[in-house]
Amino acid sequence: MMRAARALPTLIRVGMVEAIAYRAEMVVWLLTTTMPLVMLGLWTSVADEAPFRAWATRDFVAYYLVALVVRNLTSNWVAWQISEEIRTGAVSGRLLRPIHPFLGYLGTHLGAVPLRAIAVAPVIVIMMWTSARGVLVTDAAHLALVAAAIVGAWLLTFGVFLCLGALGFFLDKAMGIIEVYFGVFAIMSGYLIPLALLPGWVRAIARVLPFRSMLGDPVAIAIGRVPDAGDAARLVALQWAWAIGLLALATWLWRTGVRRYEAFGG
Amino acid sequence: MTIEVAGLSKHFRVHRRPPGLAAAVRSLWRRRYDTVKAVDDVSFTIARGERVGFLGPNGAGKTTTMKVLSGLLHPTAGAVRVEGHQPFRREPDFLRRITLVMGQKQQLLWDLPPSETYALNRAVFGVDPAQARQTIAELTELLGLAGLTDKPTRQLSLGERMKCELAAALLHRPTTLFLDEPTIGLDVAMQVTIRDFIRDYNQRHDATVLLTSHYMDDVVALCPRVIVIDGGRLIHDGDLRALVKTMLPDKLVSFTGGVPAEEVARLGEVVKAEGGRTTVRVPEARLREVVSHVLDRAGADLAVEDPPLEDVMRKLFKDKRAAAPAAPPAEPPP
Repeated sequence: MMRAARALPTLIRVGMVEAIAYRAEMVVWLLTTTMPLVMLGLWTSVADEAPFRAWATRDFVAYYLVALVVRNLTSNWVAWQISEEIRTGAVSGRLLRPIHPFLGYLGTHLGAVPLRAIAVAPVIVIMMWTSARGVLVTDAAHLALVAAAIVGAWLLTFGVFLCLGALGFFLDKAMGIIEVYFGVFAIMSGYLIPLALLPGWVRAIARVLPFRSMLGDPVAIAIGRVPDAGDAARLVALQWAWAIGLLALATWLWRTGVRRYEAFGG
Repeated sequence: MTIEVAGLSKHFRVHRRPPGLAAAVRSLWRRRYDTVKAVDDVSFTIARGERVGFLGPNGAGKTTTMKVLSGLLHPTAGAVRVEGHQPFRREPDFLRRITLVMGQKQQLLWDLPPSETYALNRAVFGVDPAQARQTIAELTELLGLAGLTDKPTRQLSLGERMKCELAAALLHRPTTLFLDEPTIGLDVAMQVTIRDFIRDYNQRHDATVLLTSHYMDDVVALCPRVIVIDGGRLIHDGDLRALVKTMLPDKLVSFTGGVPAEEVARLGEVVKAEGGRTTVRVPEARLREVVSHVLDRAGADLAVEDPPLEDVMRKLFKDKRAAAPAAPPAEPPP
């Protein structure tokens, strides 16, 4: 365990070098996550007439710009990576290393975070020049909770994508599932529409699913929609519980999948 | 013993479906599986420091056995111990002692220079930085890696990549090497470089080497002992020279000019005659007589060789298949 922990800084450093090598792909990837900007244009034109269910234009601007930042900081492509490595047999190389393969993936994708942060920095700068600035939380407790929520969202997203990738051990075309996943995620996470504006029955479903913890809740905390720090802390605690649960599920799926791989051939 | 294999079997369950739409629809609710015996009751042991060739035709079970020995596949039956470990457990101590190089699969990071893969492997295998530097210096000298390790892997030629691949696989100084077609696709000069390197590594570190290759020159140059499997079953395990002598005891005598055409046929079976050079197959009992006869006529331009290992293998497989009872059809699992 200690040996694996000692390897992590090098894994992250190599991950950063890889991210720089793949910078063009990353820009293209980031361009695919601009849906919040489309929705921003739509909702601001609605709200310009009159506030929509207590959401003014600046609330929508803040919501979608923060959503863009959170989504880009916390996303990764580990599901595709695992799926491809299983399909081509490259995962064998990882199985022959004396550390858990998840640690290798963790290094690669943590290494990409600084480049992602640089990419979204202009969005943050722009936000500071807009009316959204007045909506963002500024007190220390909320800022700490926002930071914890972003880290938690990263871990939760990583856990979900590890699960989706590990399905490649069981299904020939596991990536087909990711299309379904994105459909559900877009609605239930608040990526397309703030959860508060969804019909009651959809909100009820979203409440018991992990997707809101991946995006909607961190954004809501950041733009002051959860004014009570205790409530925000409870949301973060729930999010971390989901993250731990999903990472545990991913570990189980991986272990079961590797046994299947061992049985049927790599 | 470094490698102990007793009664190893590895069976795969394979879905079979006849062609056509009707069969595709039927297979949705009624799937038919066959059991393929990729490796069937194979036993052998390999001592520390041995270099062993692992031979067999395509689909014989060589790669499957390699994968079982390196821990990637769980055996269906039998006992396997490598470096004192059960490979399928993939304990860290076991993984630090072995390496698996597959000529058709690469482990180097494709868009980064090999030096980044070395850094990664150093960290992952917990190699002391000073030792890693020393090993890299040694590998750079032996493999001629100077100037290669700071270029992106994708810009290297196949041969350069294979050399870097070997270096990455050996950075943690494993003592058991599983080499599956390490020279595939390489030109002759590069094959020789890789062979020399493997022999050198084996001698320097007393490393055990199990090698598969379709290039018989690799096997002849590196492996005093060969294990041969066919259809998943072991059909020979022993000294390479003894195998050649048993299967094809004749020698090949080649010479240029000097011997009149009518005499050539009396020397032995003519195997090849082109560009003025003639090769005849001669029984070992007549070798002395034929050689002195040719020397009298053709002078010093004479060579005596064993028949190619390819011919030996072809004869071995043919003889064993002829001797074996007809294999029962694969049974579907219950």
